[in-house]
Amino acid sequence: MDRSKISTPTLRCFVETGPDHLCINVFSSVLPSEVDMSSPLMYGTPSSRVEGTPRSGVGGTPARQRPDLGSIRKAPQVDLHSEPPSADGAVASEQALGQKLVIWGTDVNVGTCKEKFQRFLQRFIDPTSNEDENAGLDLNEPLYMQKLEEISVVGEPVLNVNCSHVQSFDADLYRQLISYPQEVIPTFDMAVNELFFERFPDSILEHQIQVRPYNALKTRNMRSLNPEDIDQMITISGMVIRTSQLIPEMQEAFFQCQVCAFSTRVEVDRGRIAEPAVCRNCNTTHSLALIHNRSAFSDKQMIKVQESPDDMPAGQTPHTTIVYAHNDLVDKVQPGDRINITGIYRAVPMRENPRQSNVKSVYKTHIDVIHFRKTDEKRLHGLDEDSDQKLFTEERVQILKELASKPDVYDRLSSALAPSIYEHEDIKKGILLQLFGGTRKDFSQTGRGNFRAEVNILLCGDPGTSKSQLLQYVFNLVPRGQYTSGKGSSAVGLTAYVMKDPETKQLVLQTGALVLSDNGICCIDEFDKMSDSTRSVLHEVMEQQTLSIAKAGIICQLNARTSVLAAANPVESQWNPKKTTIENIQLPHTLLSRFDLIFLMLDPQDEAYDRRLAHHLVALYYQSEEQIEEEFLDMAVLKDYIAYARTYINPRLNEEASQALIEAYVDMRKIGSGRGMVSAYPRQLESLIRLAEAHAKVRFSDKVETIDVEEAKRLQREALKQSATDPRTGFVDISILTTGMSATARKRKEEVAQALKKMIQSKGKTPAMKYQQLFDDLRGQSEAAITKDMFEEALRALADEDYLTVTGKTVRLL
Amino acid sequence: MPSSHDWINKPLGVVEAMFAQSNSNPEWEAKVLEYFKGQLKEKESHSWVPSLNDVPLHYLKPNSLVKFRCLVQDMFDPEFYMGVYETVDPSTKANVLRCGKYKDVTECGVDLNSRNTVTAERQTFYCVPIPGESPWAKEISFLSAARVVPSTSYVPSRQKRSYEEDDDDMDTQPQKQREPHTEPHGNGDSKRQETEAPSSQTTTPSDCSSHLDLNFPLPGERGPACLVKVYEGLDSFKLNDTLEIYGILSVNPVLTVLGEEKDPSLLLLNPTESMETPEEQRAHDPPASLVPRLHMLYARPLQHNNPLLPSAPTEDQSAFVSSFLVEMASVRAELLAYLTHVLLGDGLAAEYLLLHLISDVYTRRDVLPLGKFTLNLSGCPLNSYTERLYQIVQQLVPCSYRLSMSLHTMNSMRLVPKKDYVANRLVSGALQLARNTSLFLDETQLEQGQLDSSGVRNITALGNLISWQKVDYDFSYHQMEFPCNINVLVTSEGRSLLPSDCQVPLQPQVTPPNMEEYLTTIHMAQFTSQINKFRVYLSLARTLDYSISDEVTKAVEDDFVDMRKDDPQSVTAEDLHRMLVVARLLSLSLGQTTLSRDGWMRAKHIDMLRRSRTEQQKSLNGNEP
Repeated sequence: MDRSKISTPTLRCFVETGPDHLCINVFSSVLPSEVDMSSPLMYGTPSSRVEGTPRSGVGGTPARQRPDLGSIRKAPQVDLHSEPPSADGAVASEQALGQKLVIWGTDVNVGTCKEKFQRFLQRFIDPTSNEDENAGLDLNEPLYMQKLEEISVVGEPVLNVNCSHVQSFDADLYRQLISYPQEVIPTFDMAVNELFFERFPDSILEHQIQVRPYNALKTRNMRSLNPEDIDQMITISGMVIRTSQLIPEMQEAFFQCQVCAFSTRVEVDRGRIAEPAVCRNCNTTHSLALIHNRSAFSDKQMIKVQESPDDMPAGQTPHTTIVYAHNDLVDKVQPGDRINITGIYRAVPMRENPRQSNVKSVYKTHIDVIHFRKTDEKRLHGLDEDSDQKLFTEERVQILKELASKPDVYDRLSSALAPSIYEHEDIKKGILLQLFGGTRKDFSQTGRGNFRAEVNILLCGDPGTSKSQLLQYVFNLVPRGQYTSGKGSSAVGLTAYVMKDPETKQLVLQTGALVLSDNGICCIDEFDKMSDSTRSVLHEVMEQQTLSIAKAGIICQLNARTSVLAAANPVESQWNPKKTTIENIQLPHTLLSRFDLIFLMLDPQDEAYDRRLAHHLVALYYQSEEQIEEEFLDMAVLKDYIAYARTYINPRLNEEASQALIEAYVDMRKIGSGRGMVSAYPRQLESLIRLAEAHAKVRFSDKVETIDVEEAKRLQREALKQSATDPRTGFVDISILTTGMSATARKRKEEVAQALKKMIQSKGKTPAMKYQQLFDDLRGQSEAAITKDMFEEALRALADEDYLTVTGKTVRLL
Repeated sequence: MPSSHDWINKPLGVVEAMFAQSNSNPEWEAKVLEYFKGQLKEKESHSWVPSLNDVPLHYLKPNSLVKFRCLVQDMFDPEFYMGVYETVDPSTKANVLRCGKYKDVTECGVDLNSRNTVTAERQTFYCVPIPGESPWAKEISFLSAARVVPSTSYVPSRQKRSYEEDDDDMDTQPQKQREPHTEPHGNGDSKRQETEAPSSQTTTPSDCSSHLDLNFPLPGERGPACLVKVYEGLDSFKLNDTLEIYGILSVNPVLTVLGEEKDPSLLLLNPTESMETPEEQRAHDPPASLVPRLHMLYARPLQHNNPLLPSAPTEDQSAFVSSFLVEMASVRAELLAYLTHVLLGDGLAAEYLLLHLISDVYTRRDVLPLGKFTLNLSGCPLNSYTERLYQIVQQLVPCSYRLSMSLHTMNSMRLVPKKDYVANRLVSGALQLARNTSLFLDETQLEQGQLDSSGVRNITALGNLISWQKVDYDFSYHQMEFPCNINVLVTSEGRSLLPSDCQVPLQPQVTPPNMEEYLTTIHMAQFTSQINKFRVYLSLARTLDYSISDEVTKAVEDDFVDMRKDDPQSVTAEDLHRMLVVARLLSLSLGQTTLSRDGWMRAKHIDMLRRSRTEQQKSLNGNEP
C-alpha cells in the first residue's frame, strides 16, 4: 500500500488495477478544485497514462509527498512557493524576484539555494572516492551527474547525496541543509528535478526524484542528542531492535459536505486535522464529513533503534530512540541490523486533551528517516576495511602517528598489553602482532581464494600461568572479540545454528562465536577440553576463513575471518618436559599446524624470575591511583592505535623483504635436511609473511622491510624453540607439529620394528607365537627400554608390511 | 511547624520563587541546587527529611521533599520536557512564564506555539530499595528517622481502616485505591503510626506487586520502587549505584489517568501514542500511587548502607573512625570468638570468614579485580546448618542474599538481568546487587540431577562473577559487561563446583546434638550493643586505606623467592596473589593501614594452616574407593 488512495464507489474500476499503480497527483501544480473535476483522469496508472499522453518533464511526473520531511507546504513563505510552477520561465522570473526573500524563520533563499545545489550536482568531482556505491562510475566526471544518468536508466527516482561532499563544495549550503532540512531538502528536490528533466526530457519516472542526504557530518552518538538538535538533520548509528507493523498514516483528509456534496481536502498538520467548520460552497456549518477512502495515506513504520554497544560509556544502559520510516524506506531494515540513520530529529508535545486542564510536560521524540545505511551489510560479501567507522580526530591521529614514529613503539605497545601479567614478553609480542594482523590478499581470480591474513596463536602451559587472564584482556581490548570456553561450547555454539524465531515463526540462522568475531579475535579458553566434533569445525575457519553451513535447508558459507587465540592445558595437568607438545596437550596435529605461533607458558622456576614476579605482583597491589590512571590511558590509546592501523595501513612486501623471507625459508629447510627431516613447510613461510606484515603495521609503515622480517623470524623461532623442540634430541623439529611425531621418534619406531622382525626370523619357523612372550623376549633382547606402546606399534608396522597378523593374544606369521 | 522547614514541605515554592526572581536568567537552576545542598548540609537537617524507605507512601505529602535510599535498577531513555512554558492567566489574560522543572504536569492552558518555551532534557531512573538490605539495617534507619514522622502528619486510626479498604478494592476495583492518597490527611496520634508503619509497608506493596511487577532484583523483596527524574549530572550515575536521593515527591493522579485513557479515534491521528506497547506503558508509566515519581534535587552516592555509621564523609566520620580504631583489636577478638562458636569451634575458619566479610574489590587492573576474596567453606554439616549460618551473617552485614543452589532454583531462577525489548526495560535478576552485598551460595542444597541450558548459564554467570567480579547482562543481540563488587561465600559439602579464591574445610570441634538450639543460644547470648559493634567494625574495616612500604615489599619478595626455592611446585603466582590479599585483609581487620612484617608472617602462617588442611582432605579423599 503505497500512498494509495481508495476511490469512492463510482471509481472502483481504477482501484482494481492494483494499489501500486495508483498514482495520484496531489502536489503537482494543479489546484485542488481541478483535481476533483478531473479525478477520473488522474487515477490512471502510469503506463496507461503514458500511452495516452506521454508525460515527461517536471510537470508531467507526479511529485510524491515526503512525509519524512513533514508538511512542506506549511512553511510560511509568502512570496515564494516551495513547489514552483513547472514552466522554466517562471523559475527564472522567480529567481529574480526571490533574491531577497527567505523562508520564514530561516535564512534560506529558495532561488539561491537551488542554484547552489544545481551547481554542486553539475560540478562536484571526488577523485578520491572509494565508496562502493560509486563503483563503476568515472571518478573524474561530475559524480552526481553520473548518478542522474543512472536514475534515467534504472528508473529509481532517488538520489543519495553524501553530505560531506556538499560540505566540501559549499560549506554554507551544508550549514543550511543541516539546520533547515525541512525547507532545504524540498528545494534540492526541485533543483534536481529541473536538472534531470532538462537533461533527460524523455525519461519516465514513477514520481519526481527525491534527494536523500546522508552522512551528515554532525554524526551523533545517540547519547549526545539534546534539545538543540530538534528539527535539525542528524546522522546517528545504532542497532535495530524492533520494527512495527506497517501503519497507514493519513496525509490528507477528504471532506465532503453532506448538504451540497462540495468536497475539500485538508492536509494533516502535525498529526492533526483542522476540520473545516463551514462549507465554503453552501455556507452550512458543521456539514462536512470525513470520507476515509478518499483520503490520502502513506506508509509508515516505527523502528526502535538502540545505541550500539561500542559507543557507550561503561556502567550505563543503552539508550533507545524511536525512528519513523516512510514510504519505500518501510521494511528496509530488520531487527538486529546495525544501521546509520540520517533523518530529522523531532519532538512532539503530548497531545492536549480537552477534558484535561493540565498536561504532562513531556515531549515525545523521534527521528523521521531520510536515509538508512546498513553498516554490517557489506560484511557478508567482500572486503570491508571501512566497516569499522571509527572516526579519529585530527589530534588523535597526531598522537598515534607520534607514537608510531618512536623507534621503540613495538616494545612500548607490547609492554602496554596486559600490564598486570608478568613478563612473557614474546607471547605479548605475538599477541600484539595478532591484534594487528597481516594484509588481506585476494587471489580468487587465480583460483586460490583469499589468503589468510589473521594470525592464530595457541598458548599452552601449566595451569595458573594467567593464560585465561591474557585471553580476557585481549577479549576486552578488541571491539569484535568473543570469549568462549572449550568446556562450555558446542560446535553449533561456535558456528551457527538454525532456530525458529518466536515472533515471525520463521527459521533464522543464529550465528555463533566464530562468525560473530569476524574481523576480530575469538578467544577460546580450555581448548583441550573441547570435544573433537567441536574442534573439527575449526579446521575450515582457521585456514579458509569461512564457515560452511548446511542445516535445516539453509546452505550457506559465512565469512569467519577471525583470529583464534586459544589456551590449552597439558593433559597431565602439569607440563611434562620429557614429552613433545603434541603428547602434552593431545591435540590433533592437523589443528596445531594451523596455529602460526604456539607458545608455552611455563613456570620457569628460577630465582631471578621469582623475584621479579614477586615484585611485580606486590606492586600491583599497592600501586597508587595515578599510576593506574596512566595505564588506563594506555589501554585507550592502544585500542585506537590498533584500530587505526587495521583500518588504514596495508603494508606490502618490498624487494629486500621478499629476499629476506626467501632466505629465511631456505635456511629453515636446510636445518632439517642435514638430519633427514623437514624443518619447515610452506605454512611456516605464510605465517612468516603475516607476522612481518603485522610488524610493519605496528610501525605504521606501508612497506614490509627487512627489520619486519627479522622480527617475524625471531618470534617464530622463539615459538618453535618452545613448542617444537624434540625432548629426546633437543633439536627443533617442525614435524612434531605438522605430523605429530618427531623424526627421531619415527626413526626409533622403525628400529624397534626391525629388531622385532629380526628376532622373529631368528626363531625359525614358528607359525604362531604368544603375544606376551614375544613382548618379554623383545624386552630381554633390546638394550633400550621398550614400552608396551612401542611394542604394539612395532607389531602394527609389521602387520602393515603383511608380515604377520595379530589375533587376540597370538601372533601369526603370514 | 517552623517556617524554616518550608523547604521540606513546599520545595516547589522555593523553586518557583527563585525562578520568578531570575527573569529567565538560566543561573537560577544552579542556585536552586545550591540552596538545597546548603540546607541539607546543616547539621542533622537531612534526618528531618522523611524517607520513602521508612514511611509508607500514603503518609507522605505530595510535592514535599523526601529522601530515598535506593539502587539504580534501570535507566530509561532521556526525555524532553518543557523547562519553561507560557500560560495565559485566566483572570488577567496576561501571558505568564512558568517553570516546568521538577514537575510532571503543566498548569492549564499551555501555549504550545509560544516562542518563550524552553525545551530541556532529563532522564528517568528506575530505582528500587537496596536489594537484600538486612532487616536490622532497615529497622535502625527507621528508628533513627522516626522522630521526623510528626512532620508528615496523618491519621493512623482512620488510615488503618483505609488500608483494609484498599486491600479489598484492589481485587475488585483497582482504580479506586488511588483516591485516598491525594486527599490531605488530618492530624493524629503519631505514636501509634510508628509501630504500625512497618507492618503497613510489608502488606501493601506485596499485594500490589501481583498487579504490577516492580522488577526487584531479588524475589520476595518489598518496598517502594520509584521513578527518579534526574536533571543534572546524568553521566555521573551508573547502573547499580546505590544512592540517597533527595527529591520532590510527585504522586499526581493525572499521571495515571493519562496513561490509561485511550481514545481509539485519537490513536489514529497521533501515532506516537500507539507506538508504546501496553507492556512498555506499564513499565514506564506505572500508576503513581504504586511507583511514585521523585524529582531529584540532590543525590548522595552511598559508600555503604550501614545506618550505624555516619554516612557522609565529613569530619564527624573521621572522628568516628579514629575513635573506633582504638577499640578495633578488641572488637575483632570478640567477633572472632563469636564466629568461632558459630563455626562449631573452628578458629581458623572463623578467621577466614572474618577476612571474607571485610573484603572489597578496591581496584581493577585491566581485567583483574583486586581485593576480592571468595571463600568456600567446605565440609559444612547438612540439615539447615547453612541456613542458620546465613541468618547469623545476615545479622552482621547490612546487605545479603542467600541463594540456595538447588537444582530447581538453578534451572528456573533468573540470575542475570535481561533486557526486555517489548517493555523496553531491564528485567532484573538476582545478580543485580549493590556493592559489597554478601552473596551466600548454599551448595549443600545441590542434589543429583541434570542442569538444563539455563542452569548451565546460571552456573557460568556465577563463575564469572567469582572470577572476574562482573556480570554479563543479556541484551539479546549482545551482552554487556557490568563490573560488580559482591562478596561471595560458598558453603558446600565437598569442594565447590564453583571457583573460589580460597577453600577452607570446616573442622568442627564440637558436635552439638541439636544444631538449631546450639546456634540460637550463641546468637541469643550476644547483646544488641555487641552485635552493633560487630556491624560497625565490619563496615568500617572495609573503608580503611592500605599501603605497603618498600621495606616490607622487599621482605615479601624475599620470602616468596625462598618459598619457591623449597618447593617450586606448590607455591605459584596465584598463591602469592592470595597471600597478598590475606595479608591486606588481616592488617585491615586489626585496624592497621600498612602491612607490617608480622602481618605478613601471620598471613603466611594461617595460609599454611589452611593449606595443610586442604591437603589433608585431599589425601583423605584419595583413599576413598
